[in-house]
Amino acid sequence: MNSSSDRNSGTDSRKDPKTRRVLIGLLVAVLIVGVGFFVVAWRSSIAPVARPAPGSFSADLVARGEALAAIGHCAACHTRPGGQPFAGGYPLHTAFGIIYGDNISPDPQTGIGAWSLEAFARAMREGVARDGSHLLPAFPYYAFTKLSDDDVKSLYAYLMAQPAVSNAVPVNTIPAPLKIRALQEGWKILFFRSGRFQANPSKSAEWNRGAYLANAVGDCEGCHTPRNVLGAEESKRPYGGSLIEGWIAPAITDANPSPVPWTQDELFTYLRTGVTPLHGAAGNTMALVIRGTLNLPVVPDSDIRAIALYFSEMDHASARANDIEAATQQALATSSLGSGQGNDPDADLYASACMSCHYNRAPTPLAARPELALSSSLRLSEPTNFIQVVLNGVSNAETDNNTEGAAGLVMPAYDSSLTDAEIARLAAYLRRTRTKLPPWNDLEKKVATIRREGPAYH
Amino acid sequence: MTKFDLNGRTVSAHSPDDTPLLWVIRDELGLTGTKFGCGIGFCGACTVHVEGRATRSCITPIAAVAGAKVITIEGLDPQGKHPLQIAWLELQVPQCGYCQPGQIMQAATLLKDFPNPSDSDIDAVMAGSVCRCMTYVRIRKAIKQAATQMRGGAHE
Repeated sequence: MNSSSDRNSGTDSRKDPKTRRVLIGLLVAVLIVGVGFFVVAWRSSIAPVARPAPGSFSADLVARGEALAAIGHCAACHTRPGGQPFAGGYPLHTAFGIIYGDNISPDPQTGIGAWSLEAFARAMREGVARDGSHLLPAFPYYAFTKLSDDDVKSLYAYLMAQPAVSNAVPVNTIPAPLKIRALQEGWKILFFRSGRFQANPSKSAEWNRGAYLANAVGDCEGCHTPRNVLGAEESKRPYGGSLIEGWIAPAITDANPSPVPWTQDELFTYLRTGVTPLHGAAGNTMALVIRGTLNLPVVPDSDIRAIALYFSEMDHASARANDIEAATQQALATSSLGSGQGNDPDADLYASACMSCHYNRAPTPLAARPELALSSSLRLSEPTNFIQVVLNGVSNAETDNNTEGAAGLVMPAYDSSLTDAEIARLAAYLRRTRTKLPPWNDLEKKVATIRREGPAYH
Repeated sequence: MTKFDLNGRTVSAHSPDDTPLLWVIRDELGLTGTKFGCGIGFCGACTVHVEGRATRSCITPIAAVAGAKVITIEGLDPQGKHPLQIAWLELQVPQCGYCQPGQIMQAATLLKDFPNPSDSDIDAVMAGSVCRCMTYVRIRKAIKQAATQMRGGAHE
């Protein structure tokens, strides 16, 4: 009965030899492409080795690796809060789910103790684990592919010389089909180009060192470059600023919002200590990159200065060096606003809650008194960072991955004492009086959203 | 458990991580010089020093001071003779006295940052320390007296 009605309507294409051939042809093509994809995606496993003896590497090599691991802040993602260094388990919140940093301590079972140098180099530069599975691009192999042979060796030596910690990390919460490792090859075909760092001969050796450290080792783009819907960095907008773990990583091009340019000296002090009087203190993820990493004595000043030079040129800081004094004095002229008798309830709110710590007087702001009129958080297009700091404060805890700001600086958390409306009023008041920028919109709603989402690291 | 340094000795607090530092200092560790005022960081009565900086302890979670040096009014000077404390006594600053430990701790940070404070420096930095007895005029006078003494080198 069916077949007759199908024949009548002429819709049973399976019976039409011509259509059938086309369909079979399509199926075969899909199969070939599919199989071909998996063939292309397939990577061999590299044979396990016995864990190299820590003493088999020269002390010099290990020390160089330590400095590189610090600049690359490997520990930030490969150490969970309060956990053993490099034993993994740090929960990285991505748009696709939580990815737990792998155990990269030299434990043969749960870490990378059985990895040969060849396997390690392939993981770093091609994003493939020793067993042949593709690594997720949360691990920035697309930056590490630029590493020199010597630096890969140094990093390997350093990691292999660390204590082995047996720690199986939790399973990622990436949903299917994204969690299928072979599909990562698709991502790589679209976005990944393997290749070593190419020096720019028209620039100084120091600039090139900075470019190498920033782009091959530190992966500064990982936070400061916006990402597309597939999580790849947008190559057309390098260092254009991005949202990371609930905070804005500001643009670090000449679109950077700080009123005072990032000169090499300012940036050097900031990257070394986490705070400068003219730019304030690092928050959240940036603090993780500085404290316990960039501020370690093992990282030579010359390397930090090179990174600082690279970004100060990107900020065109030298062309704006004359602005420093004017911008500073303009900011300090607003620092006492809100003090004394007045009829502005927003100013009273500010004077009661914020001023005793944030007031500065001309001619110089103090590093221990972060000057709000110089802070990028009041000058970004969104109030995100301002709201985060007010709600969650700034922690000093050395044992906590939430360690922020400069050593010793603590700010209370106002989440329990200020309502959404009050934080919105503070934000609007400071934006109005400390900058000349247009007001933020929907402040109260934005405070409520960030409050609901909670601090990024807890 | 949170370990930190309180007035020069290492202490361990067993309260949950989000417990306010003030509660730990008063209730768990028994130092009652630091006062509870508003409980929302708006009056200054609970002010202590964290790494030398005046900090509202009523809204600072204990986890945020792990490993840090905390000083309360009891530890500001071993003999209770910080120049501010001497000036406070000489000028008989307090009336009821409840807010005064916080006032003194805030003033100590003020003098560290601005050794020769102007009236507007004092107004701005002391703005968050409220006194219901209105002793503000004597507080300002005592701060200036202590500043003069400290600049003379009698005290650090």
